Amino acid sequence: MTPVATPFFFYFLSGVAILSAIVMVTKVNPVHSALALIVTLLASAGLYLMLYAPFMAGVQIVLYAGGILVMFLFVMMLVNIEHLYVEKMLNRQWVVGLMATAVLALLMMGALVHGSKSLPQQIINHTEQNNVQEVGLLLYGRTTGYYMFPFEIASVLLLVAVVGAVVMAKRRV
Amino acid sequence: MMEIGTLHYLLVGAALFIIGMVGVITRRNVVIIFMSIELMLSAVNLNLLAFSRLYGLHGQVFALFIAADAAAEAAVGLGILIAFFRNRATVNMDDVDLLKW
Repeated sequence: MTPVATPFFFYFLSGVAILSAIVMVTKVNPVHSALALIVTLLASAGLYLMLYAPFMAGVQIVLYAGGILVMFLFVMMLVNIEHLYVEKMLNRQWVVGLMATAVLALLMMGALVHGSKSLPQQIINHTEQNNVQEVGLLLYGRTTGYYMFPFEIASVLLLVAVVGAVVMAKRRV
Repeated sequence: MMEIGTLHYLLVGAALFIIGMVGVITRRNVVIIFMSIELMLSAVNLNLLAFSRLYGLHGQVFALFIAADAAAEAAVGLGILIAFFRNRATVNMDDVDLLKW
């Protein structure tokens, strides 16, 4: 079976992801930023597909692009945005912040390029047909379920988040 | 057909992370700061999936946990944003200074 990870798709998807991420950071209107972020997340879902992770690609589309971004757009309806065009977009420390971020970017690039020599060259070809089954076995399997307890903790975390969001967004508890 | 190397995916993930960090540090709008945090979490997911191609499926399970965490963070953060907007009628990060002395 030939891999789907052809170089053209990789460079196309990562270019789209990075360009729309830059658009997201530089737009004044947060609605435009949210739409650019949807494009970025869909492009990175395509990158997940190329990394033999179709389940995570589906989760990315349904949860990030479908759920979280709709929640952002819904909150932006509650918050008025007209005055954003007349006031400053960047805060006071943006020059210092950009310099610190550039230093961190150089550090990360150097560490990645330098340290990637010690990565294993062998690529495990996960089969895409039973990816969901294998992830589910790691989560719930009787003998292979390493992550059953963390999964339960994640459910408690989501419950706490829902209760906290309701409590904070309510006018009067 | 050549497979794309792991370093390429890691560099794309690092670039997305850095762009998200620029958004967090330089922007004033709280909504855009939240969206930049989501972008940073998604970049970390890309790294985890690139490593799961080398070390087995555990990275994909961990990426699933990070997605759940991003959902929880977005819910709580937007709740805080609505409460803050009700009190101060602004969404600027500079005005979040009630606890400053």
